[in-house]
Amino acid sequence: MAFLEVEDLKVHFPVKGGIFGRTVDHIRAVDGVSFSLEKGKTYGLVGESGSGKTTTGRAIIGLNRATAGKITYNGHDITNLKKADLDVRKEIQMIFQDPYSSLNPKKRVLDIIAEPLRNYEKLSKQEEKKRVLELLELVGLSSESITKYPHQFSGGQRQRIGVARAIALKPKLIIADEPVSALDVSVQAQVLNFMEDIQEALGLTYIFIGHDLGVIRHMCDDIGIMYKGRYVEEGTVDDIFDNPQHIYTKRLVAAIPDINPENRREQIYYRQEVQKEYEQSYDDYFGDDGLAYGLKPISETHLVALPEKG
Amino acid sequence: MNEKLLEIKNLKTSFRIEDQYYAAVDDVSLTVNENEVLAIVGESGCGKSALAFSLMRLHNRAKIEGDILFKGDDVTNYSAGQVNKLRGNEMSMIFQDPLTALNPLMKIGDQIGEVLLLHKGKFSNLNRKQKAISLLDKVGIARPEHVYEQFPHELSGGMRQRVVIAIAIANDPEVLIADEPTTALDATIQSQILDLLNELKENMNAGIILITHDLGVVAEMADRVAVMYAGQIVEVADVHALFGMPQHPYTRSLLSSVPNAESVDSKLHVIQGIVPSLKNLTREGCRFRSRIPWIDESVHEKSPELHEISPNHFVRCTCYKNFYFPDEKKEDKRHGIS
Amino acid sequence: MNHMWKFSVRRMLIIIPQLLLLSLLVFLMAQAMPGDALTGQINPDLDPQEMQEQREELGLNDPWHIKYADWITSAVRGDLGQSFQFKMPASELIWNRMVNSFWLGVATLIITYLLAIPLGITSGRFNDSLLDSSITGYTYIGFATPIFIFALVMLWIFGYQLGWFPTSGSVAPGSDPGTFEYIVSKINHLLLPAISLGLITTVNTVQYLRSEIIDTKQKDFIITARAKGASESRVYNRHIFRNSLLPIAAFFGFEITGLIGGTVFVERIFGYPGMGDLFIQSVLLRDYTVVTSVVLLFGLASILGALISDIILSLVDPRIRIK
Ligand SMILES: Nc1ncnc2c1ncn2[C@@H]1O[C@H](COP(=O)(O)OP(=O)(O)O)[C@@H](O)[C@H]1O
Ligand SMILES: Nc1ncnc2c1ncn2[C@@H]1O[C@H](COP(=O)(O)OP(=O)(O)O)[C@@H](O)[C@H]1O
Ligand code: SF4
Ligand SMILES: [Mg+2]
Ligand SMILES: [Mg+2]
Repeated sequence: MAFLEVEDLKVHFPVKGGIFGRTVDHIRAVDGVSFSLEKGKTYGLVGESGSGKTTTGRAIIGLNRATAGKITYNGHDITNLKKADLDVRKEIQMIFQDPYSSLNPKKRVLDIIAEPLRNYEKLSKQEEKKRVLELLELVGLSSESITKYPHQFSGGQRQRIGVARAIALKPKLIIADEPVSALDVSVQAQVLNFMEDIQEALGLTYIFIGHDLGVIRHMCDDIGIMYKGRYVEEGTVDDIFDNPQHIYTKRLVAAIPDINPENRREQIYYRQEVQKEYEQSYDDYFGDDGLAYGLKPISETHLVALPEKG
Repeated sequence: MNEKLLEIKNLKTSFRIEDQYYAAVDDVSLTVNENEVLAIVGESGCGKSALAFSLMRLHNRAKIEGDILFKGDDVTNYSAGQVNKLRGNEMSMIFQDPLTALNPLMKIGDQIGEVLLLHKGKFSNLNRKQKAISLLDKVGIARPEHVYEQFPHELSGGMRQRVVIAIAIANDPEVLIADEPTTALDATIQSQILDLLNELKENMNAGIILITHDLGVVAEMADRVAVMYAGQIVEVADVHALFGMPQHPYTRSLLSSVPNAESVDSKLHVIQGIVPSLKNLTREGCRFRSRIPWIDESVHEKSPELHEISPNHFVRCTCYKNFYFPDEKKEDKRHGIS
Repeated sequence: MNHMWKFSVRRMLIIIPQLLLLSLLVFLMAQAMPGDALTGQINPDLDPQEMQEQREELGLNDPWHIKYADWITSAVRGDLGQSFQFKMPASELIWNRMVNSFWLGVATLIITYLLAIPLGITSGRFNDSLLDSSITGYTYIGFATPIFIFALVMLWIFGYQLGWFPTSGSVAPGSDPGTFEYIVSKINHLLLPAISLGLITTVNTVQYLRSEIIDTKQKDFIITARAKGASESRVYNRHIFRNSLLPIAAFFGFEITGLIGGTVFVERIFGYPGMGDLFIQSVLLRDYTVVTSVVLLFGLASILGALISDIILSLVDPRIRIK
């Protein structure tokens, strides 16, 4: 039994239009996504912006309603969870992309971190403060931070506050939505290392959403590549980086800038080859509607969205 | 040797904060040659944009000292009229955020037309339109006639950045300053924009200043690299030398904090602390010292200067010889040069 | 263009519920007044007993929805009931006044914008200069000064002391409509009330424009414009002012609503025979039919003002035009 299992998840948003603002169409933000992940591992969700990564994450923790499909967490069906099953919900938390806007600027750090505690646990003021101090220590912030406001912290520190809030309820699964995209490399390194440390210390499982494949490669065990609400490829880190099969994955991999200037020529050449292949074989990889086909296994761990062979 | 296009000499840009001036760019000297990409890297807050804005004279309330020679002419003495003739014409700029860089109420065509009108007044309206459409085509926009009539909000971020580039190259500038041109874009779009810049460089013979905090972008694009920390240049070198034999502790720290194929099983290097704000920056002695506290105080220089340690490779201060990462042994601290 | 149409049609459809709500509110208000405010056929000063008898006689005790429907249908036809005090149709009484108020409104708006645009632009462009401080100072005074006191002072100085302007009425008695003298006299009469009102109402727009300009000045696309080599004056004229004037267009509707409040005082003080003057007069005379009608028309003007604003905005802002 997988730790988290997402089966054929669909999240469609209505598009209002016409004179009376009726629903005239749907945005298929997530359109049939399935994956499962193992406890203690990090699962990467990759794709360009608008491909449905955030929506998938939000559907898992119940912030977006699933239009169809099933999400099973640790044996419980948590699809469109009701308030009654709060116990399960507090085991799954989310870290948001932008450390500058995801924290309420008018609240003190104490109130920000204590918010989930107040929602789920009845603690006395003293106990609450003690817990918050423990959390701050865990994320490497000083105890004076407790009375400060978010603007008094740097980007990396704010992201740590976001992490402290997310781990306050001792979650088992954390969905990190581009947690380092807004940060400088040096700060990014700090947050990534730190996420690895607490993963080990607390036995966490991560869904790591990102578009920087360098970071994804560093962090993840398994990866799913999304395009327009669907999966185009799924596999282990090695499957994806060393043996990409779908043309879209190849483009993503080719787009990673190589940190070694000696490889510059090959890199440009590789990218041009991929671009050529993309232009020539686009129709082989996408259906008439421009969407990806269903996934077919090509090895035990590696799945690719390819058409049924005629 | 290519012609020197831009010579920056002892440039100092200071902002006034509470009745006192603080330098965000502090004694920077650099040259940009024809047909060359000079990358400027550093964490955010190091003064890269402040430098770029100084070159274009876009600051409205800053004190600027030092010289900026464009083909031998000091532009710091230019009148407003002369500056306007230079901007968008011989020297132009690409900005970081394509979503806000265009006027939301003006047609794309008019925004490109404006920069042509300003410098190529003799064009007829028809000529101008044709030129604008050919520019859109040149930056890889499909259906340029259609896009000419559109407004910015109708285009994606990548398309808008192409429009910003079209504006910048409209008058075949000799110096092109790109301030984090791909930071706000997706990886695939980023690589397309970088390819576009490379292609333009081949055909333009211009000198390009590429500002970025992404070392991958530097490795792919730059001919020479200047590493900037807290308003100062700490290392300048040919791109191969910089990545192959980085010397300054800041350069080395930056490089080792980037996740890459080799880093998968190891921890990334974390640069302790943050870039100090202008007010909190200690200006005496070495500015990077507080972020490598494990290095013994005795090795720091009093006032570190740029030294040429090998031809065209400059490093600020000599104590790079003494630098090591905390997890390295002090004895085997340096590879390569002794 | 198609989208523009859709927007306009959708926007116009919104006024249907607005009109319905307005008419219901006015109807309820009229019901609460003594006598019969809808038709104006009953003396509101009668004692309740007699009033009741008269109502029976005139058939005014129908259920409310029938009365509402009757009132609406006749109002749409232009019949707003009888003025009890003047014994004439309220619509006739109102018509001339409405024309007067309309011109006063137009004159005030012109003065408002004539003042607001240069002042707002100067203040925004040179913010934190001495000039800006003086303009901002003026707006603070404008905010703090009650319109009726200001109008009285203006009347006293320019009307009575200096004698530059007539002190009441909307036209010199005895001039023939249509002649040149008539038009000049009309303008002469509305100038002082319009200036008095304009000087006060403009401060809102000045402040609004100022903050729009200060805001727009810091936008990234302004840096792009400078980097293109545009001169300061071009940057201001082509980019900053154009983009800041847009929200002012949207403000136009509120301006109309604000004006209505202002005219009530100003017309009264200047004895200018407009709707506002009529409103106060009718309240004092307990001429409830007229009060009801005037309120209805004021409400209509506000709704139309908001509609015009939105349509102007959609015409000038491509982001709305195209959506
Ligand atoms: N609440 C919403 N209402 C309507 N559309 C939405 C909503 N949230 C997301 N979308 C749309 O769904 C698509 C996927 O968005 P998202 O999941 O945020 O992508 P990603 O995180 O991969 O960038 C986008 O086209 C986005 O505009
Ligand atoms: N107009 C300004 N007034 C005051 N301080 C400024 C101004 N612009 C930039 N700074 C400060 O100067 C330093 C360098 O900023 P910047 O050049 O934007 O850095 P970078 O582009 O390298 O991220 C920062 O500390 C920043 O806060
Ligand atoms: S060793 Fe040199 S460069 Fe490094 S911190 Fe000391 S003075 Fe600065
Ligand atoms: Mg997202
Ligand atoms: Mg910058």
